[in-house]
Amino acid sequence: MATATAHHENSNYLNHEKGLWSWLTTLDHKRIGLLYFITVALFFLVGGIFALLIRTELYSVGETIMTAEQYARVMTYHGAVMVFLVIIPGIPAFLGNFFLPIQIGAKDVAFPRLNLLSWYCLLLGAGIALTSLFFGGADTGWTFYTPYSIKHSPAVICMALGVFVAGFSSILTGLNFVVTTHKLRAPGMTMNRIPLFVWALYSTAIIQVLATPVLGITVLLLAAENIFGIGFFDPALGGDPVLFQHFFWFYSHPAVYIMILPAFGVISELITTFARKTIFGYTAIAYSSLAIAAVSFFVWGHHMFVSGQSEFAGIVFSFLTMLVGVPTAIKLFNWMATLYKGSINLSAPMLYALGFMFLFTIGGVTGIFLATIATDVHFHDTYFVVAHFHYVMVGGTLMSIMGGIFYWFPKMFGRLCNDAWARVSFVFIFVGFNVTFFPQFVLGSLGMPRRYFDYLPEFQHLNRISTIGSYLIGIGFIVGLITIIHGLLKGEKSGPNPWGGKTLEWTTASPPPHENFLTTPVVTAGPYEYR
Amino acid sequence: MSFKPLVLLSLLLPGVAGASTFMPPAATVTAGEVDSVYAFLLITSLISFIILIGGMIFFVFKYKRKSATDKTAYITHDHTLEFVWSFIPFLIFMFVFAWGWKIYHDMRHSPEGALEVHVMAKKWDWRFLYKNGKEVTSGLDDKGQKAPATMVVPVGKPVKLIMASEKISAGSTDPMDRPVLHSFFIPAARIKQDVVPGRYTTMWFQLDQPGDYWVFCTEFCGSGHSAMKARISAVPVADFEKWLAAEGTGEMTLADKGRALYSSKACAGCHSADGTRVVGPTFKSAWGASRDIEGGGKATVDENYVRESILNPNAKVAAGYPAGVMPTFAGQLSDDDVKALIEFIKTLK
Repeated sequence: MATATAHHENSNYLNHEKGLWSWLTTLDHKRIGLLYFITVALFFLVGGIFALLIRTELYSVGETIMTAEQYARVMTYHGAVMVFLVIIPGIPAFLGNFFLPIQIGAKDVAFPRLNLLSWYCLLLGAGIALTSLFFGGADTGWTFYTPYSIKHSPAVICMALGVFVAGFSSILTGLNFVVTTHKLRAPGMTMNRIPLFVWALYSTAIIQVLATPVLGITVLLLAAENIFGIGFFDPALGGDPVLFQHFFWFYSHPAVYIMILPAFGVISELITTFARKTIFGYTAIAYSSLAIAAVSFFVWGHHMFVSGQSEFAGIVFSFLTMLVGVPTAIKLFNWMATLYKGSINLSAPMLYALGFMFLFTIGGVTGIFLATIATDVHFHDTYFVVAHFHYVMVGGTLMSIMGGIFYWFPKMFGRLCNDAWARVSFVFIFVGFNVTFFPQFVLGSLGMPRRYFDYLPEFQHLNRISTIGSYLIGIGFIVGLITIIHGLLKGEKSGPNPWGGKTLEWTTASPPPHENFLTTPVVTAGPYEYR
Repeated sequence: MSFKPLVLLSLLLPGVAGASTFMPPAATVTAGEVDSVYAFLLITSLISFIILIGGMIFFVFKYKRKSATDKTAYITHDHTLEFVWSFIPFLIFMFVFAWGWKIYHDMRHSPEGALEVHVMAKKWDWRFLYKNGKEVTSGLDDKGQKAPATMVVPVGKPVKLIMASEKISAGSTDPMDRPVLHSFFIPAARIKQDVVPGRYTTMWFQLDQPGDYWVFCTEFCGSGHSAMKARISAVPVADFEKWLAAEGTGEMTLADKGRALYSSKACAGCHSADGTRVVGPTFKSAWGASRDIEGGGKATVDENYVRESILNPNAKVAAGYPAGVMPTFAGQLSDDDVKALIEFIKTLK
């Protein structure tokens, strides 16, 4: 080592304190972000194994590797783990926790203790939810539709209470982000100078704070009905099963935007850095996130066009859902326009961002097929819907998580990942993803319903293609994981700003010091000043 | 931007996005209309995709980084451009919204004089009950495999389904044996409707091509969900009439069974069938009427109203009649009995 800097300058958040206990009791947002990273990655592994089990079962007509009862459980845990324990906390609680304070020039989030508590809420919630496996497992699907889910089964009760507790993780993170964004910005960091990732997290946080309590109440009612037999949703006790769907989707539709808005934020960061160009339409992108957050509360009924809700309600929900399409289209056009006359570097994070745009565009346009009420009646609850939301959630959110990890990895750990291997992981995930999910659009159009353990022989061909694609995705993530571990252990030293980024995190050391900046930054310009 | 790709596209599209690309053959007029919207969406989606992703790929190649010190243009926004790419999608969205609305409206309103069939869903089977008392259930084929129930319908005539969810065994007192959600989906007709416990839901279709069609359950209902299938066989009207009158027909029509229950369960004591006022409202001409409800509001006398009034008589009491007089008949009448009474009331024109 040629550099003989003083110990003081080598001090960073990773070596500031030592030992497992210092991690479990840390109040540093960066460390909590990494705790979330490890947790979410583990749950992703679990959810991913369930996904591969589903696809393997569906490789052939009839029973392939498991019974219908086991299949119902695998499908339920795949959905519940991926939604509640991976995609919802994925970007905000991991990348957001780490970078939101740094990007606005703050030392930490507003409530560090609540931040740590939120991680324990997620762990506890996950623990309670997974305890259900010891009671035979829940087989209701992640949506817990009543009256099927009213079976006085400890498994369903555990799942409901687990989701309730994990919900607090989401609420506390959201609360922290709203307050941090408003109160802890560095001098000169006005609201129209904050990076678009922060705007996206801020919009997400509003949904987390306002919508998650509704889910909490809903699953508590479900638990009460299961434990005490109170008739909220069971028609035999005077309840209304469709009421559950209203409650559930009143949260779970906005939750879709909890999952995708942060991804939009990551993409805005990646596109500007790797095109070395200021973002096109900063205001439009920032406000379109807020617009999506606002409208997201009024579209839940589009999950219920064939539930028996009134024709009038169906029409209103169809109309409002169409409105979400506009800000979404705006973002895609803005990103494309940002590439115009840029200087485009096709490193792995950028490939993930471009892959995101490709997949999310397909996810977006197929959303219009489902918002159009006449076509939705045909596509509802078929594989078309499965393909659509995987294009949005996996093609969108997971692609942007991967891009974000490779982008911020040098900042988090001071080392670079091997870019060639990161690109190999991209190719496998991107190609595998399309091979897996594009045939599912066709299956759904042909009429194959979702949550099917078995199917007509004429659907086998497309199902086989889909299963093979899922293995390619699996390989891609394994390559990605190896690349990350290799980067952690053997990666080249990166320096503070390997990509030439302009946002504040690139002005501090890699890894950042304990309180992010040695001196509080003073901001004099917007976030993407590439002149 | 060059318009060559668009010209090329317009030549390709009729082939790529024929009215039913990826869709099963359309068997109803409604299905054809749905496929038109679908084709329109497919074409606009392809064009949007080519503009967005084609543009993206074009820019990526054209503006690939050449040196580590490249200078880039500083373009922050362009109001005209931003207006255009917000407003054009908005117009397209509003257009398909309105188009979808129109078709959905037709889906939800069955024509007058449709053939009515009662459909019962349970874990994990379908059962069909015709008004003449004929019942169709699943059975076993020659090899001992489960053969799905086949609902026979006349070609070219509207059919209205009145659907209910029921327990696995009608007389079960097992609290775990409860009706759950199902959904009745005919891919060839592009329609589906959830079957909701505790009430009736309806849907209608008119198959214009003779043939056999699949029915799938599309609401997850447990491990037998994917095995919960039925068939619809559309046959010429004369064949249908012959089939309907053939063996397997119930001993009496639903309406006659309802008339018998009307006497034996003492409905007649309070509700006349000839228009005279006794204790409760008469059944004569009641069907389809809009009724004032005690405490305000109106209710149409339909399947759900009659069912509720039998099982929970005080929920919606007709204005001008005393509340709390009629006892509930829950537990005394089976689900099929309630349907029979409904069919009886329908006949009292």
